[in-house]
Amino acid sequence: MTVIDTPGTAVTTTSGWTQACRQDYLIPGRGVAVLLKGGRQAALFLTTDGTLFAVGNIDPFGRAAVMSRGLVGDRGGVPVVASPLLKQAFSLIDGRCLDDDTISLPVYAVRTADGVVSVSNDPVQFVGGTA
Amino acid sequence: MERKTVVVVGHGMVGHRFVEALRSRDEAGVWQVIVLSEEKLAAYDRVGLSSYVGIWETSALALPGNDYEGDDLVQVRLGVRADSIDKAARKVTTSTGDVIGYDALVLATGSYAWVPPVPGADTEGCFVYRTLEDLDGIRATAEAAGPGAVGVVVGGGLLGLEAANALRLLGMTPHVIEYNNWLMPAQVDEGGGAILEKLVTELGLAVHTGVGTSSVEADAAAPLAEKLTVKLSDDSELRAALVVFAAGVRPRDEIAKTAGIEVGPRGGVITDLGLRTSDPSIYAIGEVAAVEGVCYGLVAPGYSTAEVVADRLLGGEGEFPGADMSTKLKLLGVDVASFGDAHAKTEGALSVVLHDAAKGTYAKLVVSDDAQTLLGGILVGDATQYSALRPLVGRPLPADPAALISPAGAELGADALPDDAQICSCNNVSKGSICGAIADGACDVPAIKSCTNAGTSCGGCVPMLKKLLEQSGVEVSKSLCEHFSQSRAELFHIIQSTGIRTFSGLIAKYGKGTGCDICKPTVASILASTSSDHILDGEQASLQDTNDHFLANLQKNGTYSVVPRMPGGEVTADQLITIGEIAKEFDLYVKVTGGQRIDLFGARVEQLPLIWKRLVDVGMESGHAYGKSLRTVKSCVGSTWCRYGQQDSVGMAVLLERRYRGLRSPHKLKLAVSGCARECAEARGKDVGVIATENGWNLYVGGNGGLTPKHAVLLAGELDDETLISYIDRYLMFYIRTADRLQRTAPWQEALEGGIDYLKAVVCDDSLGIAADLEAAMAKHVDGYKDEWAAVLEDEGKLSRFVSFVNAPEESDPTIGFDESGERKVPVLLGIPELPVSASQATEPATHGK
Repeated sequence: MTVIDTPGTAVTTTSGWTQACRQDYLIPGRGVAVLLKGGRQAALFLTTDGTLFAVGNIDPFGRAAVMSRGLVGDRGGVPVVASPLLKQAFSLIDGRCLDDDTISLPVYAVRTADGVVSVSNDPVQFVGGTA
Repeated sequence: MERKTVVVVGHGMVGHRFVEALRSRDEAGVWQVIVLSEEKLAAYDRVGLSSYVGIWETSALALPGNDYEGDDLVQVRLGVRADSIDKAARKVTTSTGDVIGYDALVLATGSYAWVPPVPGADTEGCFVYRTLEDLDGIRATAEAAGPGAVGVVVGGGLLGLEAANALRLLGMTPHVIEYNNWLMPAQVDEGGGAILEKLVTELGLAVHTGVGTSSVEADAAAPLAEKLTVKLSDDSELRAALVVFAAGVRPRDEIAKTAGIEVGPRGGVITDLGLRTSDPSIYAIGEVAAVEGVCYGLVAPGYSTAEVVADRLLGGEGEFPGADMSTKLKLLGVDVASFGDAHAKTEGALSVVLHDAAKGTYAKLVVSDDAQTLLGGILVGDATQYSALRPLVGRPLPADPAALISPAGAELGADALPDDAQICSCNNVSKGSICGAIADGACDVPAIKSCTNAGTSCGGCVPMLKKLLEQSGVEVSKSLCEHFSQSRAELFHIIQSTGIRTFSGLIAKYGKGTGCDICKPTVASILASTSSDHILDGEQASLQDTNDHFLANLQKNGTYSVVPRMPGGEVTADQLITIGEIAKEFDLYVKVTGGQRIDLFGARVEQLPLIWKRLVDVGMESGHAYGKSLRTVKSCVGSTWCRYGQQDSVGMAVLLERRYRGLRSPHKLKLAVSGCARECAEARGKDVGVIATENGWNLYVGGNGGLTPKHAVLLAGELDDETLISYIDRYLMFYIRTADRLQRTAPWQEALEGGIDYLKAVVCDDSLGIAADLEAAMAKHVDGYKDEWAAVLEDEGKLSRFVSFVNAPEESDPTIGFDESGERKVPVLLGIPELPVSASQATEPATHGK
């Protein structure tokens, strides 16, 4: 028998976008920091398989804006960035810290148009839950 | 066979464990199980409740197997409460009006959050911290109030601090009210509580100890963020958006009480050691059970009670074994551990305390009156010794108690433990059973986990499992990381012999996945050791650790420090003036390092090239005072000035530093040259130390600082300049080719079979016939060296990476700040990490770009 409805993960909407740079400027496996309209900072990454991800730039452990300078890779197949300060790994998909599941980074939406990458000004929400 | 029915009231962690235990043992299917769950969700990980914050997805907390799929003998009724029990008729009536007959009844109703009798505690905006629903309510209120609003937590115990962390993650400013004089009074003592308070205060929590909560009042006219006024017993007031009561839990025993089952004076259903209540067909397990009058508020003893009842229902005679109330936690990232007689209640008990306020650690061991037996302890700020100390409770101490908790003290070997010592307290696994599993072929930690269950719950004992593996002579895997099964030395050989020059090429052929922060810098280092390409060229740029990527040393607030190269410590007046001018112009904090260099702190990313340019103009470069490469060659003044000097130590140090600068290695390298045996350059504390004698140079190798300092040992004596350099070339290149990742020279040469004698044979006698090859590799490095910083200045593409923001190259990072009010400039870290905003602010659909 099944007693839990597993909700799908859907991304809600955001309020506007900030242009970051041309996609071909990004080095696969490396990040850049983007100053978003409204003042937040995102760390934008191009992974080696060509996927773009953006998460919060502020390391929640070290409390400095350095996530964009972390090394990108995977842990068990999950694309991650490791903080350059104390090396905790964060999922690029949902921002979760793989070393401490009480901590996570905000996740920003990314889109490209005419070769230019933009990042959402506000973090996206993963909606789910049965309540 | 007649089938019997057991009704389980409550589907929490313990209720679920009971069903699992019963169903896995009841192979004949004697019992059918009906579970009544008041919550609408099936059993979830309540211990991990706080991890719901930020994820907000209930399925993430679901306990594995909680739907009993494919098991016809288990029925879970969600959202159905048990309302009453008719003991005589053996029937339960539910909130939906069903009447269920039972042969056995198991009460697993757990606890409820206790709210102290504070006037106004039921005001809107007051919460408890118990269920996912509570968290949803807290979240909605916090988000409506906006970021930075105050959230008050009543209770500074374990649960209170967890709740405070949840508020912090929601962007609130948490205030914690603790009636006792320090935080976590149940687990730690006053000294530990003080350190804990200091650590959590640094994380942005406000802590009020020694005060009670007098009342909560709502002000309808106030903005949401200040809706509530919380009055404290010291007459102070806090304006808050919400209040969370986390002051403790009480057993949910009302259904038992109403049915006339015996309960304890302070609550809890009284049971015997078989968990049987005053009614022989009714059992109580988990937090609602008062086993011989004692309630246990931890999940591990709860699991034990579940196992006992499952055993009893199948005719067994299991008894509750008692509980180890030791706890090890990471609260808000702060280690807290408490084990055994932590509060020194045993008569005559002595305490040994190591209180390091500067480092933020507190360690206490409680020992018997003769100081021979360990009784318990408390660790705050750093709990790495927990897994080694806890199994020793009740046993003779293997070393002086102070040494056991001192940072420079004895490291507890696994062999100090007897076979019956409990290694994994969550699952009650002894050292004997772990060693048995190893003897039966478990050859790594996952294998031990799967056959003994050790290490599967809190994970605190995993370091000890590794030690036991090593001690049993199991060859612990040398694989670099999850992406490469090879060791660093093996990868070096692969790269050297295949000519593969890219990480992607290497991982495609010899690894898997996309790499990580372990293998990428390692491969980057090997590539740098085997060629003279610029380290930021092409794909290599994406492999470098941040220090190598920005060619400077990352400091805690995201700024960098620059250490201009001064070979041998030599510097001209003009260079010194330029360094001073740079420090002034860029407002940098200046410090002379331990290696005779000058460190300039606080440079922003975009300032680095400007600083390098100034250095290049006076003939200096930025030194490799970062990364795994040659750092410095230290020297004394030598024969040119010193009355005692026997050789030109400065000249030799300059020569060596110029020769090996830019050399990438498995760990950082430091060299020193002393002009006589007085050893003013402290050469024997370095990886390579050169000491002058009347007749030439003595060469010492393998000296290291760090956690376990080592003196360098003599490799060869009385060498001329040329031989000295060729030996150092061979030594360093042999180390670079064969050491493990992050293995310093001292442990490397100790681990070589034959040790220093073998090394002498290889380096001095060329016993392997590779000396010429090693020297040629070094010559290639020396010839290919270029000023890495000047190369960036000349390359527009590389230069454009030195900005704070890709889309606003003119902007400095506004989050970087310094406090310049004190004697020295210090970085100021951000208060609260940036947080998700509520969904209501959103306007436009979004997906991850491809």
